[in-house]
Amino acid sequence: MALPSGRRPGSNRKAQLGLFAGYLMAGSGALLGAALLGVSLFRPETFAGLRSMAADIASPAGEAGAGGRVATQNVFDAVAGYYRAGSRNAELREEMRIARVKLAEAEALRRENLRLKAVLRLTEGDTRPVAAARLIGSTASSTRRFAWISAGRLDGVRPGMPVSSPLGLIGRVLETGQRSSRVLLLTDPESMVPVRRATDDVVAFAEGRADGLLRLRLVNLGINPIKKGDVFVTSGAGGLFRPGVAVALVTGITRDGAVAQLLSNPAATDVVLVEPIWQAEAVASSRAPSIAQAEGTDAVETASVIAASPAASTETAAGRPTPEVTPVVEPQGGD
Amino acid sequence: MIDPVASRLRTNGPARSINRTQSPIRALGVPWGTIMLGSLAPWLPIIAPAPILPPLGFMMLIAWRLGRPNLLPLWAGFPLGLFDDLFSGQPLGSGILLFSVALIAIDLIEIRFPWRSFWLDWLSAATLLLIYLTAATLFARVPLTDLQVQLVGSQLLFCAVLFPIIARTTALLDRLRLQRVRRID
Repeated sequence: MALPSGRRPGSNRKAQLGLFAGYLMAGSGALLGAALLGVSLFRPETFAGLRSMAADIASPAGEAGAGGRVATQNVFDAVAGYYRAGSRNAELREEMRIARVKLAEAEALRRENLRLKAVLRLTEGDTRPVAAARLIGSTASSTRRFAWISAGRLDGVRPGMPVSSPLGLIGRVLETGQRSSRVLLLTDPESMVPVRRATDDVVAFAEGRADGLLRLRLVNLGINPIKKGDVFVTSGAGGLFRPGVAVALVTGITRDGAVAQLLSNPAATDVVLVEPIWQAEAVASSRAPSIAQAEGTDAVETASVIAASPAASTETAAGRPTPEVTPVVEPQGGD
Repeated sequence: MIDPVASRLRTNGPARSINRTQSPIRALGVPWGTIMLGSLAPWLPIIAPAPILPPLGFMMLIAWRLGRPNLLPLWAGFPLGLFDDLFSGQPLGSGILLFSVALIAIDLIEIRFPWRSFWLDWLSAATLLLIYLTAATLFARVPLTDLQVQLVGSQLLFCAVLFPIIARTTALLDRLRLQRVRRID
């Protein structure tokens, strides 16, 4: 098609000026965008209010959709169930037998745990969730992995609080609106969670890979002790996440750690729980820059010490306050 | 006597547009509305573990711009990009910059190749999408590792295949936009 008439000003002075003004406005729009981008790259929290306001307005639509997502999944599951009924039945019976044994073991461990806690006089109550919410949307076309949940400041949700499903950890709250909040998922490239192997004290960092998997990086380098099928749980270092929440299952071994799959796939999750920050005072103090300078210790060294004894030494935790990385743990500094 | 079937046919034919005119709100609002609707794609009930959806808002924008050159003003990138930034998860400003630059780029392509064809449109859209996805990844402070290149590459392939469908959709919406339904009294 030929150029539209408005694009050929000819000798018409007014049309020429109009065309020029159009380019001027478009160019200044782009420059303004670049300036805003610079501001939000250096201070990511600057436009949080604007974003949360928009999310609040749009969240009812997301909530309606979330209901539909769960309903359709149930329908598909029900249909698929008929095709695999026989083999599933046998499998489940076998699993049941194993589970009974494991249950007995777990009961024994629970009693032992109670006894040891009584010895240590640990007065750690159960953490009560702040709010229950639905996952109502996610940034499906961006490289960053954020999701929105349908609970906000009015429900008591604050930035930094861990979000988990019954199957394991999902992420943590980044920004809160009145009725919705933005969650940094574990698979985001900037998310980093201190974890340890469920069976012993092999500590590592779980970083997001943006493709739905996690990269586990061992804190203590040496012979890689991880094996396929190992389960990693939060270690409690940093004070954000309470220890012992399931995070990931190892699916592949790499040179300095492993590749792991999330245990709680957010896509299959209906309701999530927002929990309070585990050690709120420690996290607050570690965010203050003066303490970080005063401590002056190598971040990784500190982190590994904390990871080995999470409950005892979270107070010594200190790190540069970056808004989107777990405050204490910053292995970039030590690489 | 008029046959009832014939009279029904007549109401569906050109006779329907007699005494009717286009609604200005719809004629101007449909492109803006559909682009903004595309930007709202993150609220679809999909919790994606990886970037799998194409940037629908941006694709709608270039489809409208390539299909109907006079419809969107050159400065439309600012408000539409701002709206996209609020929901896309990108740092605010990345959408504004990329949307504005894309509109200016299409303008320059149009001056250079006044007689465009479907293939040139597709090629320019694919090129713009390549630049958009790469820049958006870099703006999000995600380094372009092998893994990221794979992710962005597959997303780009999907976008390029999807673009003609989006262009057809905007063409359909364009007909809807200009339908004469408002009665002249």
